[in-house]
Parts: sequence; structure tokens; C-alpha cells
Amino acid sequence: MKPWIAFSNILMKDMRSYYLKPPNISWGLIFPVAWTLMFFLRSPVAVEVRDLLPGVMALSILFGTTSMLAVTITFERKSRSFERLLLAPISLNLLMLAKTAGAIIFGVINAFVPVIFAAFLTSLSGINWLMVLASVVLIAITSTFLGLFIAVSVTQVFEAQTFSNFFRFPMLFLCGLFIPLSDLPSFIRPVSYALPLTYGADILKTAVSQNGVIAVPLSFFALVLFSGFLFAYSIYNVNRKWIL
Amino acid sequence: MKIIEAENLKKQYNGFKAVDGVNFYIKRGEIFGLLGPNGAGKTTTINMLTGLGHITAGSVKLMGEDYTRNAIKAQALMGIVPDESNLYEELNGRENLLFCGALYGMDKKQREKRADLLLTQFGLQEAAGKPFKAYSKGMKRKLTIAAGLIHEPEILFLDEPTTGIDVAFARQIRNLIKDLHKKGTTIFLTTHYIEEAERLCERIAFIVKGKIVREGTVVELMQETQGENIIDFTLGGDFSAIQKDFQNSFPGFKIISGENNSVSIQSSTSFTLLPLVKFFEERNLPVFEAKIVRPSLEEVFVNVTGIELQKMQNDQSIRPGPGQKGSV
Repeated sequence: MKPWIAFSNILMKDMRSYYLKPPNISWGLIFPVAWTLMFFLRSPVAVEVRDLLPGVMALSILFGTTSMLAVTITFERKSRSFERLLLAPISLNLLMLAKTAGAIIFGVINAFVPVIFAAFLTSLSGINWLMVLASVVLIAITSTFLGLFIAVSVTQVFEAQTFSNFFRFPMLFLCGLFIPLSDLPSFIRPVSYALPLTYGADILKTAVSQNGVIAVPLSFFALVLFSGFLFAYSIYNVNRKWIL
Repeated sequence: MKIIEAENLKKQYNGFKAVDGVNFYIKRGEIFGLLGPNGAGKTTTINMLTGLGHITAGSVKLMGEDYTRNAIKAQALMGIVPDESNLYEELNGRENLLFCGALYGMDKKQREKRADLLLTQFGLQEAAGKPFKAYSKGMKRKLTIAAGLIHEPEILFLDEPTTGIDVAFARQIRNLIKDLHKKGTTIFLTTHYIEEAERLCERIAFIVKGKIVREGTVVELMQETQGENIIDFTLGGDFSAIQKDFQNSFPGFKIISGENNSVSIQSSTSFTLLPLVKFFEERNLPVFEAKIVRPSLEEVFVNVTGIELQKMQNDQSIRPGPGQKGSV
């Protein structure tokens, strides 16, 4: 038995079947760009493209990964094709990593599309690209595992979308991307610190504009912690709910 | 040699005993059938044997090795065909087989060779390039069986393989099962079609309410009907009107079924027809036909489980089993 053959084939099939399809591109790219443009146009003061970049990147990852993963896994569960994967002689951890790897890769690619656009509009010199890459990968992993957590918590496809928005929209407002954390009411701030995107966005801000407010190592640690918890809890739920 | 051995297997959901201490084994190369009505515990048993369900108590062994708590190693040696096709709608027939082969760690060349062989064997080579969603129900079931065989498993689990498909495809699938058996494949089959089990299986277990109530070879099970005499009458009127009168007059007879103009009666002792014919004619019910019925597995099943066949079929499907009496 060569588990890597199963892993790579699950990943390739998902990439082909789901991640390169138009609905995912619209959710992952168009929506965050439109949302950011809205802030750009409505802002009373002139906003630098470079200042918007961390936000667009973070949201592209968040929307690109969570929307598709939550929906596809729920869909496969409904059509029972997920059962076939559960019956394969590979560990549950490896199976779920294979199912999420496609979303993580897609999330990382998604994050750099706005960077390409920004390169035509402004100078990107002085950016800490290593930190950008590390944070993008970690945001992608955390967001994907959030999608997995949503997928294993619902039974219907429409529930997956609704439940996704329950997490995504508060993150959008509370993660400090568009409204600085210091401007948020003090009673809301603890909620912000309980959201993984707060830490991911802050690293991106530090890497792009050096204006993050949380210590970078602490943010990385928080993202790793969120990822570990979401993955472990999802596996626990799959074991409890899907393997009857 | 025993391939699968289940000992005191139990499954409980929130206090409900779905499977309640079943014991059985499957020998290499045989077709073993688990027969029972809807909700009897057939699929739950398969799920526990294949790793898709946690085992509450008891143990399962594959070729002598216990895999109760970790089924991964055993899963590599199993082919599983669920009661509903669960392949990928967006992939074509060949891609589905290749993907299933990959799940079992098969190399590309190895799975391509095997997929092409199975497509030919199952008569699906022309449809190999069509998306799975364009397949008919029967074709879907065939491809799902082929997917279960892609990695040449030691044992093939077939859960209700002919349920919900038309008669012609059901026949083809039964023939495929026979061919696989001839080639030495060990098969675990669940079905609610008694005659399907009788035709295909070498050994059968009856499962009712999570318990195996009888198990044996078809010949062993049939021995239970020796000495049972069953006769079907076709009458010139409605039997139900005189049913009570009949039971009072012939207390030694058991009415198996009695609807409209036909009645099946059973006696454990030999009897002559004349008093019965006379009884019917005296009540203006002329006897048009009297037919001795060869005892079948159906009688054994009804005797052992107390479940009427008609009820079991109605619970499950609109299609009668192969060659079963009457229609559902």
C-alpha cells in the first residue's frame, strides 16, 4: 500500500473537479476585490493601494478556501461519494489532509492574484516577501481547516454556506483589516482576538506596510494553534458523526 | 479457511440495539448471504465489518487477524459495493475506476490495465468515456461493482446489489456475481430477495431485529421444511368470507395466505384433497386449481422469522425478487 498515491490522486481530482471551476473563482477573487473597492471608494481620505493589499489578500484566501471546501465536502457526503474515501485503506488524518490540501494550495494562489494587480498600480518594494509567504500559507491552512470544521458540522449544502458566513462576515469587520483594532469598541476587541484572521491579517500588515500591532511570533503561534485545534476537532467530529 | 469471522458483534445507537451479538464466519471462495427485512441490521453489520461503523462490542477478524479497533489494513483487502452507487458523477466510467484504484495505492499502469479489463468484463467499454451521471441505474451499479473489484480484493461486500434496478440488469448482475464466484472471489451479500439469496448463496444467515435467527447452507435450511405440505387453491369466489369457517373445520391447517380467490394452506401431516375440495364446493366456491407447492427457502424464512414475505418486499422495493410468486 502506497498512501501517497491515494493522497496525490484525491488532491488532483479535487483540484480538477472543484477548485478551477468558475463559482470558486468568483467567491475567492471577485467578491474580496469588490468588497475592498467598496471601502476604497467610500473612504473619506485617500487610501493607498499598498494599504489595501493585506486586506484583499487575506479575504481572498478566506473566501476562496472556506466556501469551496465546506460545500464540496458536504456535497460529497450527500452523494455518498465521501463514503468511498472513508473506506479506502488510508488513515483519517491523511484523508482529511488530502481533501484540504487542494483548498490550501488554491488559497495560496488566490492570495497572490491581488499582488499581481497591485504590481501594476504601485511600487511593491520593501515588502518582506518571506513573511508574506509564511503568513499566506498559514492563513490558507487555518481558513481551510475552518472550512473543514464547518463541513463536518452541517449536513446540507445550504447550511454550509450559511454557517460559513456566520464566521466569515464577523471576521471581515472585526479582524482589523478595514477598521483598526484600536478603533473597535473595547467590549468587541476580545472577539477580534478570538478570530484567526486577526493574527493573519496583522502579519500581512507588518510584512507589507510595517504597521501591524501584534508581535509577529505571537501571531504565527496563534495561527498554528487555531489550525491544530480546528483540524483535531474536525477529525474528532468525522470519527463521531460520519463513522457510525 | 475462514476469511471473515465475526464474534458477538454488537452495535448500539443511543440505547437502540441495531446489531445484537451476531456470530458468523465466511469461508474463502464462498458466497455468504445475510438475509433480512429492512432495518434488520444488514447494512449496520456490513459497516462494522468494513470499518465504516464503530463496533460497540465483539470482534471481527480477517484471515485470523483481529481488526476490531483498526480496519485500515483489512480495508486494503476488501472490496465494498454499497446499496447505492457512490462513484463520482463528474468523472467518466474509466476515470472513476482509475481513481478507485489509486485509493488502494495501485500504480498508474497497474490500475489502467485493471480498469480496462473490468470495463470489458462488465460490458461497459463503450460507456467508459461517458460521465457517470449519464449512466443508467443498472450501468451505475455495474460500474460500482467493478470499482469494488479494481484492487482484486480478498472479499467483496455487496449490499443489496439488485435493489432498485430493472429486471434485465438485475439478471446481468446476478450472472456477474456467479462469474465472480466461479473465479474464486469470496462474496458477502446482503439482500431482502429470498430467491436471490437461494440462487446465489452457499450459506445464508437470517437476520431479524439485529439478531441472526438461523444460519446454514441452503440445503441445511431447506431440511426444516421437510414434512411440510403446502397447497395453493384457486377458487371461484372470495376465500376471506369463509376463512373462519375453514379454520374451525380444519384446525390442523395453517393458512399461509388467503386473498380474494386464492389461498395457500399448510399442514405438517399428509392429507387428502377430497375433504377440502368438498368443503369449498359446499360453500359455493368451486376449486379451479389445486397446486402442490415445492417447499422453498421462503417457507423456512417465514417459519423462522414470522415475517410475511409480501410485507418484507413492500418495505423495500417495488420490484419483486427473481422468480418470486406474485407481484408487489
